[in-house]
Amino acid sequence: MGNPVANLRRRADEFKTLSPKDKRRRVVDGILNNALYILMLIFVIYTATQREQFVTLSSLANLITQVAAYLPMALGIAGCIVLTGTDLSAGRVQGLTAGVSAAFLQRFDLTRKMFPNLPEASVGWILATLLIALAIGALVGLVNGFFVAKFNLHPFIVTLSTQLITYGIILWFFALGGNNGQPITGLSDTYRDAVGGAMFSVDNTPIPRYVLYAILLTALMWFIWNKTTFGKNMFAVGSNAEAAKVSGVNVFLTTMLVHTLAGVLYGYSGFVEAVRSGSAAAATGLNAECDAIAACVIGGVSFVGGTGKISGIILGVVILRIIFIALTMLGVSSSSLYIIKGAIILCACALDMRKYMVKK
Amino acid sequence: MPKDVLLKMVDITKTFPGVKALDHVSLEVKAGTVHALMGENGAGKSTLMKCLFGIYNKDEGHIYLEGKEVNFKSSKEALDNGVAMVHQELNQALKRSVMDNIWLGRYPKMMGIAVNEKKMYKDTKAIFDELGIDVDPKRIMSTMPVSQRQMVEIAKAVSYNSKVIVFDEPTSSLTEEEVEHLFRIINMLRDRGVGIIYISHKMAEIKRISDEITVMRDGTWVATRPAAELEMGQIIKLMVGRELTNQFPPKTNKPGDVYLKVEGLTGMYNQLKDVSFVARRGEVLGLAGLDSSGRTETLESIFGVRTRKEGTITLDGKVCKNRNAGESIKNGFALLTEERRATGIFGVLNIRENTVISSLKRHKRLGLYLSDKSQKKDTQYYIDALRTKTPTQETKIRSLSGGNQQKVIIARWLLTEPEVLLLDEPTRGIDVGAKYEIYQLILDLALSGKTVIMVSSEMPELLGVCDRIVVMSGGRVAGEVDTANTSQEEIMTLAAKYV
Repeated sequence: MGNPVANLRRRADEFKTLSPKDKRRRVVDGILNNALYILMLIFVIYTATQREQFVTLSSLANLITQVAAYLPMALGIAGCIVLTGTDLSAGRVQGLTAGVSAAFLQRFDLTRKMFPNLPEASVGWILATLLIALAIGALVGLVNGFFVAKFNLHPFIVTLSTQLITYGIILWFFALGGNNGQPITGLSDTYRDAVGGAMFSVDNTPIPRYVLYAILLTALMWFIWNKTTFGKNMFAVGSNAEAAKVSGVNVFLTTMLVHTLAGVLYGYSGFVEAVRSGSAAAATGLNAECDAIAACVIGGVSFVGGTGKISGIILGVVILRIIFIALTMLGVSSSSLYIIKGAIILCACALDMRKYMVKK
Repeated sequence: MPKDVLLKMVDITKTFPGVKALDHVSLEVKAGTVHALMGENGAGKSTLMKCLFGIYNKDEGHIYLEGKEVNFKSSKEALDNGVAMVHQELNQALKRSVMDNIWLGRYPKMMGIAVNEKKMYKDTKAIFDELGIDVDPKRIMSTMPVSQRQMVEIAKAVSYNSKVIVFDEPTSSLTEEEVEHLFRIINMLRDRGVGIIYISHKMAEIKRISDEITVMRDGTWVATRPAAELEMGQIIKLMVGRELTNQFPPKTNKPGDVYLKVEGLTGMYNQLKDVSFVARRGEVLGLAGLDSSGRTETLESIFGVRTRKEGTITLDGKVCKNRNAGESIKNGFALLTEERRATGIFGVLNIRENTVISSLKRHKRLGLYLSDKSQKKDTQYYIDALRTKTPTQETKIRSLSGGNQQKVIIARWLLTEPEVLLLDEPTRGIDVGAKYEIYQLILDLALSGKTVIMVSSEMPELLGVCDRIVVMSGGRVAGEVDTANTSQEEIMTLAAKYV
């Protein structure tokens, strides 16, 4: 590592010694390895020239707010991807915990409360609800992790199953208390303020509290990934589970914990999502895992396993959000939005795999 | 009657990072003969074959089939041109039927779309009748014993009308009766004018079946002679006869009291049976034997990554349960695995991460976080001590040469402060210079009072480094020899005891 400037100089010197053919290959490699970022840049510049409100402080504030909302789930799923797995249950877990949080924290004076006997939304009760949401997420994650670790099932299968099961529970929950599957609305003001209340405003765009929470959460995740035994073990298991086992790593426990931690993060994101949407519906969180997985892949958390950085995940979420904000500003229809989203994931994965392909 | 040369491989050279696997090796196979290819493990036999089949790209050299130069890109292309191989480790679609496996990739078609099952069945049956194989073509592969699956593989090679067929250790899983059957088939193919390359360690077989013998050693060609001219002893000499001067550092360690006792080790899911031996403090104990004789299984069972059915491990008078790697590490054991890529390195992680993974608790501060500083210190200490060649600690381990990767993994184990080091092929895929350093390291460890148990397929290495050698055969201990007064011939004889 060392001095980045010296590093750059060394690489430049090295480049000069290469033959023209090697030079060309190095340049092509460089472009392909960073193709996504280069395209991004071109796209952002294009949007900026078309819509001047795209490059305002208010637009930036909006971006930060959105990133803060989408980041927690991506941080959770990233761990599963590091283990060469995935998690399809994330969106539904978010939906369930959003529903639970909303139902538990409805306005006290609301006439048609889902659970009329619950206490008023005091700070204590809000925290209790948060813990319940986290616990629900942890439970689903625990089930995911158990089946992946114990029976060596592919996470795709396990989380597909828990996705369906969780959805079933969502439908059941939304029918409770005479709610009959309706969206749960009328959230208490204390809850809304605790999560979404403005800390300050930038260019008349308020920055909600959950931006601060997202920053703290990201710092915590960075610590877990980089500074703890669990984090090191996670990368080892993702890189080579067999070698990890021989090296004395408890592969079972590590896999369980990664999935459980992911579940906790989904639980948190559901708790926030209810406030963000102002209500919770049975469809809340639908396909949210797609955005999270896409962000991870764009940010260099590879399906090869064992690689990925928190900074990359942040970058991935930011890039994805910028694209959506820009496309929305450009007036692109939602059908095109999906097509573009799919294409981005495909390109990102292809470009990523290219780096790991063994050249014979 | 002079026979035509069918397959000619000239000056084949193949280099892997840090190792010259093949150095100008040539081989000529004549039509209607069996050509035995012999050599110790790692002599380059399979590498040569992999170059023939395009699994590896050769660096230099030419291959001619019936006088025309060929350069196969894949086994499939080789097959289509009449060069087939019967692998030692069968690569079959086990969930599919026998005939599906034989015609895979070239199913006979009806009207260009539907697979013609009837024709498949009939053709398979015809080949089986011709070869005297009694297997239902519709049987599912996984329900058959290995020997029969191997017959299917041979039938497949025949079905391609192959001109050249390579047999890689075909008899390792066969009973005596099945071996006779195999030899009848081979003789029949020979009479038809097929050129056969026969790879095996079993001297008696080679003498019986082959017309010519080529011996390889250390990736080089040693000799090609008519089989009739060679005695068994001569073959062994050609195979192992290398100069032993200066390949090994002087032995300075002094074995002390008995430290580790292994008694009645029997495997749950493998062939290990009643393996017992002792190792002393400060001793280097060798485990010799052929491939799949149970050496690796022994080490892995001691370390607890393979399930034991029975057996006790006693270290310094204390019984060690060693139920998993974590527990074994706590008890003072360390295992350097045989397959470095599969079970040793974390390819995408860097040197430091690879070094500290087994000793993370050394770096824990306040029971909470890991100190980067102490991780760096430990890593640097062993980079210096073992003279690992790496640009930085942050270099990804897969970009290092085999020898340097091995040093990183040895460092990983030394950091767990083990008392007993179990080393499985510690010098595999490492160039000669680095080998010497690893030998030195092993002897230094023994000198400092550690117990080292080392598995190796290279006999000179065992003779050069070990104090005693336990020879395994067919999952059992075939005997124990004192390195000072034994010979490679004695060990080889023991190794074949229960084969």
